[in-house]
Amino acid sequence: MDRIGASVLTISPSRPFRVSATTFGALVWSGFRRYATYRQATIAGSFTNIVFGFLRCYVLLAVAAGAVGNRPGGYDVEQLATYVWVGQGLLSVIGIWGWTELADRIRTGDIASDLLRPVPPVVSYLATDLGRATHGMLTRFIPPLIIGALFFPFSTPDRWQTVPLFVLSVVLAVIGSFGCRYLVNATAYWLHDARGPQMLWTLGSGVLAGLYFPLRLLPEWLTVTLWVATPLPGLLQTPLDVLVERDSPAVQAGLVALQAFWAVAMLALAALVQRRAERKLVVQGG
Amino acid sequence: MGDLRIYAALAGGKWRSMLSYRASFAAEMLSNLGATVLDVTTVFVLFRATATVGGFTLAEAILMTGLTALGFVLADMTVGNIDDLKRYVRTGLLDTMLIRPLPVLPQLVFTDLPLRKLLRVAFGAAVYTLALAANHIHWTPARVLLAVLTPLGAALFFGAIFVLTASFAFWWVESGEIGNGFTYGGRDFTSYPITVYSNWFRDLFAYALGFGFVAYQPALALLGRTDPLGLPAWAGFVSPLVALPAVAIATLVWRTGIRRYRSTGS
Repeated sequence: MDRIGASVLTISPSRPFRVSATTFGALVWSGFRRYATYRQATIAGSFTNIVFGFLRCYVLLAVAAGAVGNRPGGYDVEQLATYVWVGQGLLSVIGIWGWTELADRIRTGDIASDLLRPVPPVVSYLATDLGRATHGMLTRFIPPLIIGALFFPFSTPDRWQTVPLFVLSVVLAVIGSFGCRYLVNATAYWLHDARGPQMLWTLGSGVLAGLYFPLRLLPEWLTVTLWVATPLPGLLQTPLDVLVERDSPAVQAGLVALQAFWAVAMLALAALVQRRAERKLVVQGG
Repeated sequence: MGDLRIYAALAGGKWRSMLSYRASFAAEMLSNLGATVLDVTTVFVLFRATATVGGFTLAEAILMTGLTALGFVLADMTVGNIDDLKRYVRTGLLDTMLIRPLPVLPQLVFTDLPLRKLLRVAFGAAVYTLALAANHIHWTPARVLLAVLTPLGAALFFGAIFVLTASFAFWWVESGEIGNGFTYGGRDFTSYPITVYSNWFRDLFAYALGFGFVAYQPALALLGRTDPLGLPAWAGFVSPLVALPAVAIATLVWRTGIRRYRSTGS
């Protein structure tokens, strides 16, 4: 038994770290390759991101033209353009929409085979999601940025720490987004059909993450409440504010710390919910 | 009459299947409403920062947003499900529809009974009506007629865009989200005065694709404002007619597509 066990790709605290890391890496790579097969969908998606980039950018710049000091929400014109176009690029990296795989597998009963694997579902899905995000970063992130930079003035970072903080913030946004999506999908353990929660999520996440307009355009008390009490601004608004240097260096770093707290909290909650679900799960289907 | 009974049966089947997931149906209905509420709220949020956007006040902009919302949700409720055509083509499910003695388009429409979208239509109509009241419109018979016809024209126009973009799937199965750029993107475009856009982007969407005549031009005519972009005053009154060529083109493309369709064979 031991010899067979040794050749199985596992992730478990009782195994050497190197084995777990190798398995995790293999899962990330498989997630990457899976999305790399949909080349036409990548092109189609980028096209749509770019159309919405134009629409949102023009509207926000028109708002800036009429705002006090041309700075709505404290952003100047370059910062707004950067905000919109980098946001369009990040949209499919963060991947807030469209992931229903877990809920579908729970509904059909395929989840049973996930539970048989020697890797906890939260970990294996996180790994494939990181692979998906890496693919998104290499393919979907760049095209809107290039088009945006061709037609609009962009702001460039002045501080040395901005780019590393932005990269960290994007990773945290992917993890936080994964945690939230896992929880939304996991409602299928109790509801069987997670379409309702999925739709509420699609609806709320876009606006509360700062996709339609920067959250700073809302009254200040509301912006602060959202930031502190929900993980949602951490999915898009935080990386974008970090990149355009909307705040002082201390606040910039503080926002990423807050984002890190929420990312870890959502992941822990997802793991907790998964354990509770496994205790009550009745596998559907034949 | 026989045909109608079949459509009723198709819709009834969908209705029963939806009722078996009541909680999800309620959530879907609310989030559908929420999507339109959010579009309108976004306009209010943007106007917190400024008094005018593109030279138009909040009340004037909301008139365009309300018109767009009502027209779009009417189209979305009737033919919006056609978005799913990609899946039908890819999986070969369309074969099932082709062998039935009914036209494919109504089948697609009735197979997914979109009653969950009814609340949105009510909300869109409310926003439009309130916007008409909030602006000091100098009512004439022509304007009353225009106020009634414009949402219908917008609905036809958006419906044509839905059918057109879904038809891409006949030629390009993996067209994915490209259609959204024109359906939802078109909706976002017409929700604001087109003076906020510029250059080739505005020319493309407003004049080449016709979105400028969905809400912006009729709103100008209702408000009695001259077009800062230079179109004559009568343009607003004939704008709803832009739906006619759009529907004609969509019908032609759809028919060509259906004829071109070859089953996946799986």
